[in-house]
Amino acid sequence: MLDKILFLLCLASALADERCMPDTPHGFQVRLSIKTALGDEAYVWNENEMFLFRASLAFAMRNHMNGQQFEVSNIIVCNETMRVSFWFIVTSPLDTSQLIDQENVEAAIRQSRNRINSAFLLTDKTLEFVDILPTLATLYTHPTPPWLIVFGVVMGAVSAGIIIMLVSSVVQKKRKTNRKPQDEDDDEETRVKTVENGDAHDGIHNMSFSEDERFTKM
Amino acid sequence: MKLSLSNPGLDDRILSHQQLDKLEEDEAGDRPKWDNKAQYMLSCVGFCVGLGNVWRFPYLCQSHGGGAFMIPFLILLVLEGIPLLHLEFAIGQRLRAGSMGVWSAIHPYLAGIGIASMCISLTVSLYYNTIIAWIMWYFFNSFQDPLPWSQCPMDASLTGFVSECERSSPVDYFWYRKTLNTTPAIEEDGGLQWWILLCHICAWSVLYICTIRGIETTGKAVYVTSTLPYVVLTIFLIRGLTLKGSLSGIKFLFTPDLTELAKPTTWLDAGAQVFYSFSLAFGGLISFSSYNSVHNNCEQDAVIISIINGLTAVYAATVIYTIIGFRATERFDNCLSGNILALLNAFDMAEGSITDNNYNQVVQHLNETHPEVIQGIDLKTCDLTTFLSEGVEGTGLAFIVFTEAITKMPLSPLWSVLFFIMLFCLGLSSMFGNIEGVLVPVQDLKVFPKTLPKEAITGVICALCCLVGLIFVLGSGNYWLSLFDTYGASIALLVVAFCEMISVVYIYGIDRFNNDIKFMIGHRPNFFWQASWRVISPLIMFFILVFYLVTKVSEKLLYKAWDPESEKFPTLEEKLYPDWIYVIIFILAGIPSLAIPFLAIWKCLQKKRRNKTNLEKQTLSAFVRCWTNSFHQNSFIAPKS
Repeated sequence: MLDKILFLLCLASALADERCMPDTPHGFQVRLSIKTALGDEAYVWNENEMFLFRASLAFAMRNHMNGQQFEVSNIIVCNETMRVSFWFIVTSPLDTSQLIDQENVEAAIRQSRNRINSAFLLTDKTLEFVDILPTLATLYTHPTPPWLIVFGVVMGAVSAGIIIMLVSSVVQKKRKTNRKPQDEDDDEETRVKTVENGDAHDGIHNMSFSEDERFTKM
Repeated sequence: MKLSLSNPGLDDRILSHQQLDKLEEDEAGDRPKWDNKAQYMLSCVGFCVGLGNVWRFPYLCQSHGGGAFMIPFLILLVLEGIPLLHLEFAIGQRLRAGSMGVWSAIHPYLAGIGIASMCISLTVSLYYNTIIAWIMWYFFNSFQDPLPWSQCPMDASLTGFVSECERSSPVDYFWYRKTLNTTPAIEEDGGLQWWILLCHICAWSVLYICTIRGIETTGKAVYVTSTLPYVVLTIFLIRGLTLKGSLSGIKFLFTPDLTELAKPTTWLDAGAQVFYSFSLAFGGLISFSSYNSVHNNCEQDAVIISIINGLTAVYAATVIYTIIGFRATERFDNCLSGNILALLNAFDMAEGSITDNNYNQVVQHLNETHPEVIQGIDLKTCDLTTFLSEGVEGTGLAFIVFTEAITKMPLSPLWSVLFFIMLFCLGLSSMFGNIEGVLVPVQDLKVFPKTLPKEAITGVICALCCLVGLIFVLGSGNYWLSLFDTYGASIALLVVAFCEMISVVYIYGIDRFNNDIKFMIGHRPNFFWQASWRVISPLIMFFILVFYLVTKVSEKLLYKAWDPESEKFPTLEEKLYPDWIYVIIFILAGIPSLAIPFLAIWKCLQKKRRNKTNLEKQTLSAFVRCWTNSFHQNSFIAPKS
């Protein structure tokens, strides 16, 4: 019910200015997706919201074209639908019969896009100016790629580990070889002893000290 | 019907039971040992549970009738996987040698099986570590928010996104361009990609430090690499189940389609999956079990590890499909809301007048009233089942589908880091087994002098593999990798496994084998083992081998290429391999398989030649003795006896 009244009111106001119509070469179409953006906290689109829109657009025009005092009355809106979409045109504050051309309007909107969006708690996607492409968000480029930092950390840890392992095995081996000459010296001494016990008989075993059994066990 | 080929001299080549017991008592011998049973089990589980469980099994499951695929999988697990596993464990534990030593001990002519196992392990090690390098690249890139594969980068003029990325998707672009920098065809090599080269060197360094002292170091490493994947899978399961659409993914995965059981390809794929998933015929499992004590219960181990492997596959499939279900639902919702928005805009209807529920009715109604407008809008068809069945396997699953799903989850860098750590651990623990399968035969072949320490041998092998693996770091590396994967490890493994079974059962002798097992674990293997070793498993292996050969030989040699110039971009374009690839395929698949008969013939000829020269030597020495005797008799010098 409320929607129908809204519609008729808008129609009435739009009929006031025939220059504002769909596909006008001097204006743009606007589409709002309030429910998509805000869900449960969506506000109802009514005359007051439309007033805010016209005011923010006037603000954008003032910002862009320094000096010209745009008023709310300079923003003419028409063809409002239930989608919440409408067309608008901008008249010059000095001469209401003159329309501001599309390039200026587009430039003004681009400049103050963020401010207009935040007035309505919407984003570039949900407050859509048809045919005005939003500026693309660039990926933040880091001075040093983060992957190189992580790679450096991992590679450093692994290299340190390898060096430690290799050094420790070399140290272990050195310790073993140091012990071995000691053992070899002991062996030599025992051998010398057996030879001394054997006296001058070369090649004759001293049976009491030998280990291999030349005779079978009884 | 106990067929057994004569095998004289077997007793001379192997230790007898008494000698084994004595070895055990004295704790003599220079063979390394596991610190405890847990290390051994974790190493075997780590070797068996690999990337295939995560990215091959879920795809097979989903494409062959979901829950119904479990039936051939479980049947073949019991009839094919467990017997082969028990066989490898038992023969390794009994003969206490790596794959070269075991087969040479059974019969000198069988040395070819050891050589084949070594070649296969070497081939797989080469390309498997490159996959780990890719995983590390993604892991390194996960430490930033937003993730680099979540958005397209801007083109040079900063007016729009890069065209290749726009036409495909940010995840595709990051994988094919930023990671691989892939060339359109395998002939163009594209040069070394320096960022992947760094990751490649890093992967081999990590592997080197973990295997530097053999099982002394890998035994410690597996405590982390074998257990961490399960922790991460559980975390992902919990996270996945709280996401919207996860249950539809699980439902889709397990919904049985019993008509698939009638197709032979289902059984063939199940058999192949069981076989490859167990990492049999690589020689690594034989090595691992040879470090056990003689009386270790290998029968129990085989059953436990098989069950763990099977359950892990099912568990991983569940987790993967919760995330895939989430992604598919997300895509479906986006598709639907895109269509609804288009309709609202075209007809200037109020928001909320078209919802998911009345969408179809509204479209139908509008089609009747304003058909030309509907045509002009070009609505997309949104079907959840289509999105779910975009079944991807292999690197596509991990690096494209899953990474896309992760970007849609809150706290994406955390999930990305966890996911790639899990893949890294899965891959690394499999690499331990692969490297073991290369190192031990190399040591047995005595290629390096004995004075060279183990660290140096491992270092040389890793460095050589790293160098040869540079082929996968080229622009065309991805194509080379899938070539190696398809032909290097498939047919040869089946041949080797078949020969292993025949050798143990018929050349070593099933009676001797039964006695060995009775000596080791206390009781003879029961009827199930006898039947499967002697008849069932060799038959299954034979069938799979024949089917595989037939399908591989009859199909055209195609590969899928990422070609931005192609018409069907971003779909991968199928291209024919160039002619010289046939030589490479023959080297990869043919040489290990042919090594077995070739070496048998060569050893046979060698033996014949040795016999001939021995005979000649004997006659010559007899003649000389005769002559010297007669000479001494005539010259009074006491003969030396």
